[in-house]
Amino acid sequence: MTDTLNPRSWLYPTPRGLYCEPGGFYVDPAVAVDRAVITHGHGDHARPGHRNALATPETLAIMRARFQGMPDTTQQPLKYGESVKAGDVDVSLVPAGHILGSAQAVLEYRGQRIVVSGDYKRRPDATCPPFEPVPCDVFITEATFALPVFHHPCDASEIGQLLRSLETFPERTHLVGVYALGKCQRVIKLLRAAGYDKRIWIHGALASLCKLYQEHGVDLGDIALASDAILETFKGAIVLCPPSAIADRWSRRFFDPIPSMASGWMGVRARARQRGAELPLIISDHADWSELTQTLTDVGAPRVWVTHGREEALVAHARSIGIEAEALHLAGREEEDET
Amino acid sequence: MQAFAALLDSLSFQPARNAKLRLIETYLRQAPDPDRGWALAALTGGLDFPAAKPALLRSFGEEKIGAELFHLSYDYVGDLAETLALVWETRPDAGPPPSLSEVVETLQRATKMQTPAILRRWLDTLDSTGRWALLKLLTGALRVGVSARLAKQAAANIGDQPVGEVEEVWHGLSPPYRPLFDWLLNGGPKPSSNMGGAFLPPMLANAIERAELDALDPAHFRAEWKWDGIRVQVAASGGVKRLYSRAGEDISKAFPDVVDAIDFEGVFDGELLVRREDAVAPFNDLQQRLNRKAVTPKMLKEHPAHVRLYDALWLEGEDLRALSFDERRARLEAWMARTPRPRFDLSPLVPFTDWVHLARLREEMRSDGIEGLMLKRADSTYLAGRPKGPWFKWKRDPMLADCVLMYAQRGHGKRSSFYSDFTFGCWRQTADGKRELAPVGKAYFGFTDEELRWLDKWVRDRTTNRFGPVREVEPKLVLEIAFDGIARSTRHKSGVAMRFPRINRIRTDKPADEADTVDNLLRFVP
Ligand SMILES: [Zn+2]
Ligand SMILES: [Zn+2]
Repeated sequence: MTDTLNPRSWLYPTPRGLYCEPGGFYVDPAVAVDRAVITHGHGDHARPGHRNALATPETLAIMRARFQGMPDTTQQPLKYGESVKAGDVDVSLVPAGHILGSAQAVLEYRGQRIVVSGDYKRRPDATCPPFEPVPCDVFITEATFALPVFHHPCDASEIGQLLRSLETFPERTHLVGVYALGKCQRVIKLLRAAGYDKRIWIHGALASLCKLYQEHGVDLGDIALASDAILETFKGAIVLCPPSAIADRWSRRFFDPIPSMASGWMGVRARARQRGAELPLIISDHADWSELTQTLTDVGAPRVWVTHGREEALVAHARSIGIEAEALHLAGREEEDET
Repeated sequence: MQAFAALLDSLSFQPARNAKLRLIETYLRQAPDPDRGWALAALTGGLDFPAAKPALLRSFGEEKIGAELFHLSYDYVGDLAETLALVWETRPDAGPPPSLSEVVETLQRATKMQTPAILRRWLDTLDSTGRWALLKLLTGALRVGVSARLAKQAAANIGDQPVGEVEEVWHGLSPPYRPLFDWLLNGGPKPSSNMGGAFLPPMLANAIERAELDALDPAHFRAEWKWDGIRVQVAASGGVKRLYSRAGEDISKAFPDVVDAIDFEGVFDGELLVRREDAVAPFNDLQQRLNRKAVTPKMLKEHPAHVRLYDALWLEGEDLRALSFDERRARLEAWMARTPRPRFDLSPLVPFTDWVHLARLREEMRSDGIEGLMLKRADSTYLAGRPKGPWFKWKRDPMLADCVLMYAQRGHGKRSSFYSDFTFGCWRQTADGKRELAPVGKAYFGFTDEELRWLDKWVRDRTTNRFGPVREVEPKLVLEIAFDGIARSTRHKSGVAMRFPRINRIRTDKPADEADTVDNLLRFVP
């Protein structure tokens, strides 16, 4: 480790995204570039049109599913734990626990190690391997839920609320808004873990990614397209759909549905109301406040760059425990996004 | 406490009345005594303990995570109790959370000095929903969109009883209402009614228009002036004297002059008015009395309250509700004639020959204290609720509509620190059969400075959302809007545009559910 080397000299934000100069690549760039390292398949990290893309095989599969097969991108799969040289930089990918295929990009250059964690969480998720803390000199962390008000309750108790509501309102369709990639499959797995073995209905927009998860060995049990059934079927059923579909005409096919939403934002009442959720489920694929602060301790980095959300509080906290912290403003990340 | 917290949590997100009922019913059936009784008391506003001050909550939060982080958190969440509930973490070693009865019974005994330490211990044991519910309970503001009446309806439902039956026995009971649940769920005896100044569920009238009158036989109806006051019930029995709003809220404390003047037993319907000499004072004068917590001697002297009686439900130990209107009226008149009482008088009948005659009387009556006419069938027995057919209210024009406050915006200049521009709405049915508010207009005036201060505070206390200078508020406050005209408009979401709308009065006495519908407004369109 050379203290003389300024990390900002070899990895820095540009309008196109976070650029690693001696490696000649961007990490999760906001626009199409020549060489990109992609942490995971969510739209604000994985964009179409790169000439070369390095990512886990699962992430590349997700990108192909989303971007019409990506015929014009040279794809470089890198399994968890394996390492590759890009220019003068060693690149390896380590599980981030966020969604299928999600990884932290570990970059090493002249004895200095920077970890770009992408998005991550610390609690168990049956659809991907758990986050592995990697000791480093600089840790770049997300801050989506970086306020002490975010302490996500345990997943099982949130799923329990959904099942209890089904008991109280056995004739109503429970329409759960979920992001198509990650949240959808995780909610299904959580329901299965809670012993719910009935058919789970899904909106057409969720189908292809569910299929991809199944092909990667994630057993989702009995799922079927909601469009294939008659109305009567949905009495007391669970139907998963993209959040936008709840307010859409699509949802009118269900009789007196209960609009629900599975998201970390549901922990704050005004936000849940804003989204029209009558049964908010606090299920997040992002680290909450305690997970974020725990992770800073676990990786032990003397420097932390905070991106992607509410940087202010996490920077303040990191400084209060003696970490040199600063906000890193990256292009292409929507503050309120949860993907 | 956790089960009750889960109930409040679900209620706060469920907008539909029937779903709310189902949630409360499920809870009341499953929760043990006395928890469910305390829960019912909380939902009906029947719990009373010293409220926790915002400063205490803030100091707890700052102590927990430091002033800077707490400030950032509060700023984001926007609600102090919720912020504290979220930032405080459950301590695994803190033991089991308290039951609702433990919370209520402890708080009722605790001194102000003891409360913070007790509170701290409970916050450690509860989860964040439990903490939120506890803090809402302690700050005296549940705000989960449940009226007392709705909670009573749920209680009635679990025992397959009409809500009128529960309301009838309600005021003879006190929390945690064991005899009530015993009756509703376990086949126990019905608690006695009309003991100790009980409130009897009132009979309400439907609105009617001139054109609809022709279908009715004028000979079957009696007419009374509809006074521009507040409908009240005077209930005196078993030595207890009470004055209730039409919703059953005990307003005796605000009107000691009326209550002290009750030297009789019986239950009466009447209009609460402020009267000077023989004239009825403007509604605003009454409003001033109504919004006061403490009544000053000056207030009593300058705004003397008075009840104008128009019906007798119980009189001289006898239930008159099964008698016809004419029979009850005769009993009431005879009773009034025996002993004159300065604080009470009789609302006279308005004699008329036919609808054309009555319409003319209504046109000619230009007193401010009169809102229109009441029409009551001569043979109508007294039925709780709003039965269709026996009673009608025929309101006087200018055009008035009861709207619900939806948004408020800060004013300009002198008013820039006040929320003084109010957007209000009326109910309508959406394509999928839900009820929603559609904004129908905006008003900037019509209120006194004092009312403005009151409105401003109301808006700040009940903000649900902010968009720049605009706040969205809980759809709870009914504003009576006066306006000079109304037209269909494609520019407005609701499809109507009001001319010259102003706030005629603030109807804290009226539940938002009962505000006008957009369809009601359309009937004003020429
Ligand atoms: Zn992201
Ligand atoms: Zn993501």
